[in-house]
Amino acid sequence: MCLAVPGKIVSIYTSGAMRMCKIDFGGVVREACIETLPEAKVGDYTIIHAGFALNILSEEEAEATLEALRQIGAFEEEDQDLIGE
Amino acid sequence: MTSENVTMQGPVCPLPISHYDHIMLGHGSGGKMTHDLVKRLFASAFNNEALAAGDDSASLPLPAAAQLEGRLSFTTDSHIVSPLFFPGGDIGRLAVCGTVNDLCMLGAEPLYLTAGFILEEGLSIEILQRVVRAMQAAAIEAGVQIVAGDTKVVEKGKADGLFINTAGLGWIPAGRHISGSLARPGDVVLISGSLGDHGMAVLTARGELGLETGIQSDVAPLNSLIAAVLKAAPNTHVLRDPTRGGLGTTLNEIAAQSKISIWLDETAIPVSPAVRSACEMLGFDPLYVANEGKVIVILPAAEAQAGLAAMKQHPLGQSAAKIGEIKEGSAGRVQLRTAFGSTRILDMLAGEMLPRIC
Amino acid sequence: MRFTDEFRDASMVKTVLEEIRRTVTRPWVLMEICGGQTHAIMRYGLDQLLPPEVELVHGPGCPVCVTPLELIDKALAIAARPDVIFTSFGDMLRVPGSQADLFSIRARGGQVRVVYSPLDAVRIAQENPDHQVVFFAIGFETTAPANAASVIQAKALGLKNYSILASHVCVPPAMHAILGSPANRIQGFLAAGHVCSVMGTWEYPPIAAQYQVPIVVTGFEPLDLLNGILMTLRQLEAGKAGVENAYPRVVTERGNVAAQKMILQVFEPCDRQWRGIGLIPMSGLGLRAEMEEFDAEKRFSVSGIQTRESELCIAGQVLQGLKKPHHCPAFGRQCTPETPLGAPMVSSEGACSAYFRYHREEA
Repeated sequence: MCLAVPGKIVSIYTSGAMRMCKIDFGGVVREACIETLPEAKVGDYTIIHAGFALNILSEEEAEATLEALRQIGAFEEEDQDLIGE
Repeated sequence: MTSENVTMQGPVCPLPISHYDHIMLGHGSGGKMTHDLVKRLFASAFNNEALAAGDDSASLPLPAAAQLEGRLSFTTDSHIVSPLFFPGGDIGRLAVCGTVNDLCMLGAEPLYLTAGFILEEGLSIEILQRVVRAMQAAAIEAGVQIVAGDTKVVEKGKADGLFINTAGLGWIPAGRHISGSLARPGDVVLISGSLGDHGMAVLTARGELGLETGIQSDVAPLNSLIAAVLKAAPNTHVLRDPTRGGLGTTLNEIAAQSKISIWLDETAIPVSPAVRSACEMLGFDPLYVANEGKVIVILPAAEAQAGLAAMKQHPLGQSAAKIGEIKEGSAGRVQLRTAFGSTRILDMLAGEMLPRIC
Repeated sequence: MRFTDEFRDASMVKTVLEEIRRTVTRPWVLMEICGGQTHAIMRYGLDQLLPPEVELVHGPGCPVCVTPLELIDKALAIAARPDVIFTSFGDMLRVPGSQADLFSIRARGGQVRVVYSPLDAVRIAQENPDHQVVFFAIGFETTAPANAASVIQAKALGLKNYSILASHVCVPPAMHAILGSPANRIQGFLAAGHVCSVMGTWEYPPIAAQYQVPIVVTGFEPLDLLNGILMTLRQLEAGKAGVENAYPRVVTERGNVAAQKMILQVFEPCDRQWRGIGLIPMSGLGLRAEMEEFDAEKRFSVSGIQTRESELCIAGQVLQGLKKPHHCPAFGRQCTPETPLGAPMVSSEGACSAYFRYHREEA
C-alpha cells in the first residue's frame, strides 16, 4: 500500500447515500467518495485511494516542503561561496 | 501475426505448459505467458524456418519458376477487442491496420488482405455495417484491397458480438532485410510517437473502471510512415510495432532475437499527459500498454538523424523521438536509465496488467 | 500532474542525495513498511543512489503479501461457487493459495471481477440481485475507510447480497513486532505516508520512545522518500529518537478523524495472522458483531481448508528484513513473478517481485 494520487475536486453531489465528487487527475476524471471530508469544496485538491478521498491536500504545506528542500541546495552553495572554492 | 521469439531446441514435448492446465486470460496478454504458449504448443508443432524467425510476418521465397527477386510477406491476425467501438477507432479499423502494420514491419509493401468474420447471433446488422465501412475506409487509407473473406455465425453468447480474422500479403523488395534479429551494437532506437494511447482508450471505453478520459486510440496504418523512414534510412535494421505487451515486451523480444542488450533513456520516452495520469491512478506502467499506430525503428547511428527527421515530417510521426541504444553484452536484457541516473531492468510483461491499490 | 511532478524534480533529487551523503558518518539500517514506498524506491532506483552506509530494508508493508494463506484459500473456495460474483483489487488475483489462485478459479468458470474501488463492488451487487457479491477487503489502514464505506453504503441501501471477506492489518503492531524482536537490526523507520493521512501520527511517539528509534512519516515521490530518509538520518546522527512528519501536505497529527470513526463503525481491532510472520496480537481489523451480516466468512461456511505453504519460500524472513530476496535459493529459479511460490513475488511491490523486476543482476 498505498497507491493514492492527488486530484482536483470539480463537482460534489450525493449518490447512493454517500457524499461523492468528480476528481480531475491531470485530465482524467473519476468519481470518488468524500464522505469523510465534509469541509472539502470544489477546487480543493485531495488524495484518492481506491475511489476514496483520504485527506485534503494542503497547497501551503506542499510549497513549504518544496521550499525547505530548495534551501538545502541554497545553503550548500552559500557555504561553498564562503569557503571560496 | 506469426509467432514471437521462438528458439528451437530440437524435438520438444509441448506439454506441460508451466503450471497451467487451462487457458487463462493472461495467455492473450502478449507477455511471457503468451510467448510460452506459442513456443511450447504452437511453434513446436508447426516447426518451420519462417515461423522460427519470430518476426511479425513471415518472409517467404517464391518458387523458382516465378523468376522474381524479392520475397512475399505473409501474416495473419485475429481481432477480439471489446468494446467494438472505442474513441479513435473500432474493431474493423484495428483489423485492417494491425495486419497492414505486421506486413510493413518487414519492410514490405502491403498489398492484399482477407477477412473472416465470426458473428454472434443477434448482432445488429447496422453495427456490422459500421465495422465493414470502417474496414474499407482503412483499406483505402492504407492502399490495400480486401480480396477474400468468410462468414460464420455462432449462437448467442459465443462470440462477444464479432470476431475478425485477417490474413495479409505484401511484397518485400529484393535486397531489403529487416528483422527483429538484426539489431547491432551501436544502433539507435527510435519510437514514432507517444505510448499507451490505444490500450488506455480501450480500457476507458470498457467502462469497468469508471474513468473519463479524452484518450483516443492511435490505431493507424503505418506503411506510408515506414516508406518515408526507409527512404531516408535504407539500412534500417529492425521495425516492430509495440502492440499488446507494449514497448517493454516488444523490446525484450527484439533483444532476445538479436542477442544484444537495449538501453533506454526514460526521460526521452514520449507519453501523453492523460495517459500518464490514467496509468498513475491505476498503477499501470505506460511502457506495457498496447499501441496500434506506433513503430519502433532500430537503425545504424549514421542514419538515425535522417530517419528521425523523416518520421517527424510525417503526420503520424510528429512526436517521434530517440529513446535508446543497442549495446553488446547481457544478451536479451532491456535496461532503463531513470531521470535520476539510476538504472532498472525492463522485463517482459508477465500476464495481464491489472489495476492495483498497492 | 500537480503535486506530483514537482516532487520528481531531478536536480532537487540530486541536491538531497548530496545532503544525505554529507550527513552520514557511519552505517545505518532503515526500514520502510509500505509496499507502495518499496515499489517507488525500486522503480526510481533510489536504493542505488543512496550512499553505501544507508541500508534500506523492505518491511511487511504489502497487505497482499501478508494476507494469511487460510484466508486466500477461503476466498478461492467462495469464488468458485456458481452463485457468487467475487470482486477484488487487482493485486490479489495472482496470489497463490495452497492449490490455485483467483485467476485459475476464473479460468474454471468462477465469476471473478477486478474492481478499482469497493464502492464499485456495491454497485455490482445492486446490478446483480440474483447473485451474492463478495468483496475481498484487504489492506492497511489506508484502505480501511473505503472498505468500511462499502459496508455502510450496502447497509444504507438495504442490500442483502453484499458481504466482505475482511483481512485488514495495522501498521503500529507490526512495528512493535519487528522492533521488539531479538534479531532486530532496524535503527530508523519511515512511516507509511498514506496510512498516516488517515490515522495521523499520534500512534508513533510511544513506539519511538519505547524502542528509541526515530520515525519519520514519509511520502511516495522520489523527493518525499529522500526527504524522509534524510530526516531520519539526521536524527540518527544526532542521537535523537523522535517522530517527524516529512509529508505534511497530506498528513496531520490527528489524521482524518471522520475516516477513523468510519472505520470503527464497521471494524474493531482483532488478532491477525501475518503470512510468513505469524500471529501478531491486535494487529488486524475484523467486522464488528453488529455488522456480522456483511461478513462473508460467516455467510459462507467454508470448511475443510487444508493450507499448504511452499517449503522453499522464506517470505517471513524477507518480510521482517532478515534476508534479502536474492538470498532465497528459489529466487529467480522456481520462484518468479509468473510462477510465484509466495506472496512477496506476486504483488508488484512485494519485496521479491520488486527485486526481480528491477535488480535481478545483483542476484
